Amino acid sequence: MTDAFINWISGPVLRAKANKSFRINEAVLVGEKKLLGEVIRLDHDEIVVQVYEDTTGLRPGDPLNGTRSELSIRLGPGLLGNIYDGLLRPLDTQGRYVETGFDQKRGDQTYPFTPSLKIGDSVKPGAVFGSVQRSDARSQRALVPPNLEGEIVELAETGCYTEDQVVCTIKRPDGELHEISLSHRWPVRKPRPVTTRLPVEGPLFTGQRILDSIFPLGCGGRAAMPGGFGTGKTVLQETLAKWCDADVIIYVGCGERGNEMAGVLHEFPGLEDPLTGRPLMERTVIIANTSNMPVAAREASIYTAVTVGEYFRDQGMRVALMADSTSRWAEALREVSGRLGELPSEAGYPAYISSRLADFYERAAHVKTLCGQEGSLSIIGAVSPPSADFSEPVTTHTKRYTRCFWALDASRAQARFYPAVHPLLSYSQDSDVLADFWNQQGNPQWPKQRRRFLTLIEEQSRLERMARIVGKDALPPRQQHILLCAELINEAFLRQSAYSPIDRFCSPAKQIAMMRIIINFISLSEAAVNEGVSVERINDLPVMRRIRRMGEEIAENQLDDFKELMRNMEAEFTHLSEGVISNAS
Amino acid sequence: MRANIYAQGAATRLEGPLLFLKRTIDAGLNEAVEIEDSDGNIRLGRIAAIDDDQLTIEVLESTSGLDLSDTRIRFRGEPLTFAVGPDILGRVFDGVGRVKDSGPPISAVSNLRIDGLTINPAARAMPRDFIETGVSTIDLMNSLVRGQKLPIFSGAGLPHDSLAIQIAHQSRIRGSGTGEFALVFAAIGVPYDTAERFRSSMEQSGALEHSVLFLNLASDSSTQRLLCPRYALTVGEYLAFVEGKHVLVILTDMTNYCEALREVSASHGEVPSRKGFPGYMYSDLATIYERAGSVEGVSGSLTQLPILTMPSDDITNPIPDLTGYITEGQIVLDRELDRADIYPPVKVLPSLSRLMKDGTGEGFTHADHPPLANQLYAAYSRANHVRVLASVVGREGLSDIDQLFLDFGDLFEKELVNQSSTRTLEETMDIGWSLLRHLPVSELNRLNDEQIEHYIKGSAKP
Repeated sequence: MTDAFINWISGPVLRAKANKSFRINEAVLVGEKKLLGEVIRLDHDEIVVQVYEDTTGLRPGDPLNGTRSELSIRLGPGLLGNIYDGLLRPLDTQGRYVETGFDQKRGDQTYPFTPSLKIGDSVKPGAVFGSVQRSDARSQRALVPPNLEGEIVELAETGCYTEDQVVCTIKRPDGELHEISLSHRWPVRKPRPVTTRLPVEGPLFTGQRILDSIFPLGCGGRAAMPGGFGTGKTVLQETLAKWCDADVIIYVGCGERGNEMAGVLHEFPGLEDPLTGRPLMERTVIIANTSNMPVAAREASIYTAVTVGEYFRDQGMRVALMADSTSRWAEALREVSGRLGELPSEAGYPAYISSRLADFYERAAHVKTLCGQEGSLSIIGAVSPPSADFSEPVTTHTKRYTRCFWALDASRAQARFYPAVHPLLSYSQDSDVLADFWNQQGNPQWPKQRRRFLTLIEEQSRLERMARIVGKDALPPRQQHILLCAELINEAFLRQSAYSPIDRFCSPAKQIAMMRIIINFISLSEAAVNEGVSVERINDLPVMRRIRRMGEEIAENQLDDFKELMRNMEAEFTHLSEGVISNAS
Repeated sequence: MRANIYAQGAATRLEGPLLFLKRTIDAGLNEAVEIEDSDGNIRLGRIAAIDDDQLTIEVLESTSGLDLSDTRIRFRGEPLTFAVGPDILGRVFDGVGRVKDSGPPISAVSNLRIDGLTINPAARAMPRDFIETGVSTIDLMNSLVRGQKLPIFSGAGLPHDSLAIQIAHQSRIRGSGTGEFALVFAAIGVPYDTAERFRSSMEQSGALEHSVLFLNLASDSSTQRLLCPRYALTVGEYLAFVEGKHVLVILTDMTNYCEALREVSASHGEVPSRKGFPGYMYSDLATIYERAGSVEGVSGSLTQLPILTMPSDDITNPIPDLTGYITEGQIVLDRELDRADIYPPVKVLPSLSRLMKDGTGEGFTHADHPPLANQLYAAYSRANHVRVLASVVGREGLSDIDQLFLDFGDLFEKELVNQSSTRTLEETMDIGWSLLRHLPVSELNRLNDEQIEHYIKGSAKP
């Protein structure tokens, strides 16, 4: 029995005559190849479907079958360490080219399972009933699906099971029996339930100075990273994926370059997680929908990723999701909307673009999960504004729903100043909450120091405008001193090389030490300038080069060197002012 | 095989490039058709949309002279394909893969879909082999690697064609085991004399025998323009992934391609996005540019060098903008440098190669290559900053250090950017180090003490 027959098709959108009733957002299988699609509109007995794969060769009269469930993905212990397409189908088992019509099956690997409950126990939705310890990855929890509760009537013993094998049978209060395995399915467009949402507490520590110390992101927070092409969005996203202190990383390449995905796949297995010392790939899930893969699947890939993120969050983990780039996702929405003949709003985007963005970013949260654990999902979305114009719809709407805004700047990138986050265009609304974190790390002065850095950079931009008219030499010494300090903050603190093994990850202790050196420099040099030392002479101090390069030169295991640097700096300043006094006398 | 199904008299409407037919034949989406008019001329077409009663065919050539009653349509029963074989090297085709030189037809060994197949990102090999182009601003500052797509953003009247020919002729891989090289050249909507120049320069240098040329002239139809790069890339993929050669594909001029896309989209009555270009232009361009790369387990590779002329030299125009978001960097040519008689007029600051980090440095080129490029970038950027200051307050209003940077900027352009003959990477690096010696050591923060000691204070050669 065929549920429907195609009667119109153009690009990834088709209409079909239905023999039965379909639900909106129901997943359907189209044609002989069983291409995956989704019902997006119902009209009497006609349905409109967007197809997630190449529709070449489809024709009117081809059959179409419903699956009676929404577009959903299979969540299980086998996810970590692998690469998937936008519909969570494994790509590593595919051949050289991406074929159409393959399914989400992940092979017959088995995973060691240890039950933590016993027969007769009653379980709530989302409860933990056991653990899975893969040899190559961190321990995971086996969860009861969030829509099921009851009494355990059967439970497998410790042993190895595939993702599909039944390991537990639950009798619902109404008496119905449900068999569950290590994996379960969940619809991608439906947020997974939690007990309560909690306020943001600690940071998602990234090891990047300009982020952690200047524009920090709370764990469970949301950040947007807009930037024109070539400003280093992807490099920064990859850097965060490598060094941030989350338990699980979901990296979505949404409409981006195939070679970049290849780069991540080649690089990550060889890198070590700075916290656990295990290969980084073990904590990573890559979802790749490159720009030449079907557009409709690009739209789904974002939801797939966030659902995978929620699944790990529900196990009580700290999850970080990097989406590169949300603009391509918005463009996919626009393209499908155009084919449906919907009325376009700003820049051709559909009017619902804003609410879709809100839905997506709202799924980031710090929560108490159904199983009573604390978990979090942080979302960092790259935005690729056309012509680097931040007033375009995707950037402006994203700004409304994110708490951190890391604006990437072309002129910084052109000077190869990375990360090219512009300190005057960016902001973080989480910084007040995170003062506590820095206090615990031993720097109660952090809010003041951060403020001081930002004020200096603000003044620098004002003074540079002035210098453009009167010339730099015409500025009074105190203003030249401000320019020097701001330059030092940029060069010595904000610039950080993603490729230098010493500098690519900066621990809280090192960030604090570096901030102290600079703050101390500011007050010492200010005093010197007040005593009449010229700014050029300060700039000529040998220690300046050491300060400018301290990030690259002082490694994490030599933090004592900062004390020596501080002593050297103090000594040189003492020498300088003595020189002034002796000259004067 | 439904290769010989004809429909005659089924056409109901002809509008721009779109031909509407009563649906008398069971054909699938995107399949190719041949449209034969009453005089026996054959045009290519593609099925763009189907419903229960009607087929919409996009005619890929001029529709002038077609009528509704006598037009015969032959359904090929498969998407557009191109027959390729090893003897394709040295041949010249038009934009839709028809032989244009006087030679015999190609003896085909395989028939490939011109849309290509999507390379599985998990099967891609990491592009790592440094290509030495002999152009200093590319080799040292924005290195090209095998499997990369690196466009040249140019402007009308700038010497992008000479630069492309030069790169095609001079490029070599360092070290041993370099493999066989082939060139695929697609001229998209270029004037006759430009196309002829490419062809003759290749003939003269003997490069034609390992090249394949596709010439879509400015006078050919816009719909063909959309196919030209796809035919070229199909040959490129065949040579790279079947024959195992290292293929460089030059596509010029992608601006003409995008203009044609806009024209065709408008005739379909689609909702336009920025500057009238269709909203799917990003995805469409991606289906071309993403066909560069190399695949695990195959010795060949496909490197793309698309050329586009920025309308009114505006880099924010959707054509360069979307291209820049897809490709792995860009080489930007600049009119001011061209006027100052600097060749090649590469504007270094907005130029970028994203894959440079993977193919340079220790084990690839030279351990000091990336820091040198980095330091040159930082210094040249400061020089440009100082130039803005100097344009208002004059040289006299600058501090001593700023004056040094001002001089550095001029020297950089005259000695490193400008070049009359090909240079090896080592020669370029020598020039780079000697330029940095004009600056005080305290300003060279991107170099470590060893590099300063070795290259700046000592005058050692790398």
